[in-house]
Amino acid sequence: MLDLLVDLLDRAAAKGASAADAFVGEEQSFSAQVRLGQVDTVKHARERRLALRVFVGQSVAAASTSDLSRGSVGRLVEEAVSLARITSPDELAGLPDAAELARPPLPDLDLADPTGHDLSPEEKIDLARRAEQAALDADPRITNSEGGDFSDHRARYAYATSHGFAGEYQASSFSLSVAPVAASGGEMQRDSWYHVARQRAALEAPEEIGRTAAGRALRRLGARPVKTTQVPVIFDRETAASLVRHLAGAASGPALYRGASFLVNRLGQSVAAPSVTIVDDGTRPRGLGSRPFDGEGLPMRRTVVVDRGVLASYLLDTYTGRKLGLASTHHAARDGSGVSVSTTNLYLAAGAASPEALIRSVRSGLYVTELIGFGVNGVTGDYSRGAVGLWIENGELAYPVEEITIAGNLLDMFHAVEGVGNDLVFRDRTASPTLLIGRMVVAGS
Amino acid sequence: MLAHPERFFEDRFGLTPSAMERLLGSSLAGGVDHADLYFEYRVSEELTLEEGAVKKASRHVSQGAGVRAQSGERTGYAHTDEISLPNLEEAARQARAIATHAQASAVVPVGRRQPHDLYSLAEPPIAADLGRKLELLRSVDAAARAWDPRVRQVIASLGSEEVVVLIATPSGLTVGDVRPLTRLNVTVIADDDGKREIGTFGGGGRVAFDFFLDSERWRRFATEAARQAVLKLAAVDAPAGTLTVVLGPGWPGILLHEAVGHGLEGDFNRKGTSAFSGRLGQKVASELVTVVDDGTIAQRRGSLNVDDEGTATGRNVLIDKGVLVGYMQDLLNARLMGMQPTGNGRRESFAHPPMPRMTNTFMLAGQDDPEEIIRSVPRGLYAVNFGGGQVDITSGKFVFSASEAYLIEQGRVTAPVKGATLIGNGPEALMRVSRVGRDLALDEGVGTCGKDGQSVPVGVGLPTVRIDGMTVGGTQV
Repeated sequence: MLDLLVDLLDRAAAKGASAADAFVGEEQSFSAQVRLGQVDTVKHARERRLALRVFVGQSVAAASTSDLSRGSVGRLVEEAVSLARITSPDELAGLPDAAELARPPLPDLDLADPTGHDLSPEEKIDLARRAEQAALDADPRITNSEGGDFSDHRARYAYATSHGFAGEYQASSFSLSVAPVAASGGEMQRDSWYHVARQRAALEAPEEIGRTAAGRALRRLGARPVKTTQVPVIFDRETAASLVRHLAGAASGPALYRGASFLVNRLGQSVAAPSVTIVDDGTRPRGLGSRPFDGEGLPMRRTVVVDRGVLASYLLDTYTGRKLGLASTHHAARDGSGVSVSTTNLYLAAGAASPEALIRSVRSGLYVTELIGFGVNGVTGDYSRGAVGLWIENGELAYPVEEITIAGNLLDMFHAVEGVGNDLVFRDRTASPTLLIGRMVVAGS
Repeated sequence: MLAHPERFFEDRFGLTPSAMERLLGSSLAGGVDHADLYFEYRVSEELTLEEGAVKKASRHVSQGAGVRAQSGERTGYAHTDEISLPNLEEAARQARAIATHAQASAVVPVGRRQPHDLYSLAEPPIAADLGRKLELLRSVDAAARAWDPRVRQVIASLGSEEVVVLIATPSGLTVGDVRPLTRLNVTVIADDDGKREIGTFGGGGRVAFDFFLDSERWRRFATEAARQAVLKLAAVDAPAGTLTVVLGPGWPGILLHEAVGHGLEGDFNRKGTSAFSGRLGQKVASELVTVVDDGTIAQRRGSLNVDDEGTATGRNVLIDKGVLVGYMQDLLNARLMGMQPTGNGRRESFAHPPMPRMTNTFMLAGQDDPEEIIRSVPRGLYAVNFGGGQVDITSGKFVFSASEAYLIEQGRVTAPVKGATLIGNGPEALMRVSRVGRDLALDEGVGTCGKDGQSVPVGVGLPTVRIDGMTVGGTQV
């Protein structure tokens, strides 16, 4: 694959590109969905994408194709170079300084599972079936299902630049999920549970995922709205992670230099309670967000984004760093349109309190288990989303609630963090322990 | 770019009719209820202006084929982006593997309507001159900045694509479509002494580039985005709790998309996992409410000549004067439910199997004067622009987030309020519709719907509507 990229970069130079970088990905995936014990959908997929970014002087353009034939690759080069001739020059555009590129040997982060894919389609279907069956068997009120899913994915990626970087790596992922429906007295509630891992052997047992999914659907039965009020709100690990994602979005370079972020000019300032530390670590072995180099060939690192409540670093690629007068934090990601900024393995560091202790500390409040909708304004931090969860009465989870919203402002919410759980686990690319936020508006009936 | 999808794929990949027949015949037939081949070639382009200059431009080509076999409730799907006969044969073998244990049944021919001709263009938007596109973006920038000195940043993007598809089935049906699509999007950041706000506006459709020049549509998009951003600088906290809500015409039709649309897609109803399952013939809305999904409106973003399974799209009534009368179907779910396909089988691309999806979903106009509807409300919320929405199909709970809304006090629209999420229960929310205006409008052409990881362009529409009691997720208790 690197040969293809080197050839592409040579051709770009021959067409007049003063600098260029190129990326190629080749992915293969399989997924099986089983519903009520029967095979529902089986999918096989092969995909490739070749992406080129060219600089003509200080002007830049990008092109990509899934057609890797020689003629098509030639057109890709011509289109990218001709587009770069019509875009406006930008004095900050360009590749990163060659001295900062990742150098071989690239770190081996154990991202690929060489033997994990050696299952027959029938064996993969069986994993999905076992997970769903465990959910169906968990309780007579589990009456229906959106299915159990197994999928695996393997990929090879290569990246090269005209100023000397060339690197490639392989990655695997395996996932298992179940979405059962619980019913009682005419009411239906669906929930789901999942696990994703780089190594198949690390996947949680199908039965465990199925039982957890069933428990999540069952505990929603009997849900009702509550009266509009202001109370402490506890976010479970999954929903707390979404808050961390919102903060990272506001800390990312493109939002900042456009002035489209509530974190503009807040570097070094307090953005959260002192109990909040947020880290992005691209070097975690087997991490779902790990990679050996970023989308511009810069080495992975561990970045403290929020250090005990203080905004310690933005998340930047080379261009947005230059725009802000800062260095890249090595958070470039590639897509066909060029370079963007993304997190790697992002997490809010664990605290000391058990989730049970956090719940016990609340006399009357909300424990959130699911959030829906897009009511987050990244420019102001204003936050208003639909919520599902359990009402807390006298320190106990009392009854399920739904058809309510929670609202506040992300900066106020992070400052109002009064408890950080000790239950951090890396189930996803972004992770958080349970969080207790002192006061939010809950709107209901 | 071209007129005949059949010829296009034959010329490009040597896929002769006889080669396709062989694939569908020997590789896919027997033991399956349905099989099809789907070929797709997509060219797209994106130009982005920010800080007064077009500094980002990109162009993308993707092509591939999906092979599908269905047997009972089973679907086998394989796709490849390397279109060659050996690859397609391998994909057909993989797709068909699900059918090996099923009893053989004849392929059921489905009644076919003629494809429509909704968006033939002399010059598709992807082929329009780049210089004119750059000029348009610069004009948008200037117009937005001229609106108000507090406009600090303008991001304008123009996306265009053309998708050529060809669908072939063993019953001998081969149908192609050439689908243009374009969209102009404007985002404005306003800054008043460190206080910032954002406004967005845009539109488009299956239209030529000149669409943006008609009546200076681009200027309206630019000034709307600027107006919203500046207006929100002065917004007060939104109320929290249950209020009477008046929705303005057009894009607030996202209410229908979330409250009832998804719940009426055939797959969820066949599986019995929708809050609307088994409720055909029942009253699910006020008698003032008639909801239609119509994929046949010329040049709309959500329209299609044929769906992605080759079924001509239709105008399907979902709710007639408050009574649930129809679901949206693809071939699989129509067959399993003993219903007719409705032309709603859609997919994001060749990499995805089709499923029931909306096209353009809207409520028919009523009798009321929109201004009179507002005057009828002593205290409430008037919401005219929205961000996205989401629904839990099974519980029926849905949300949609107002990005431009005002308080109604004593029948008058007063202060603008900050963005707030509205939440309701699908089977109940439309029961509370007490007034329907005569001002039905469709949206400007910006909608994208996500389901099960697949995104497709859609449209929505609504007249001014009064809903007596929705929960508004503000911060003002």
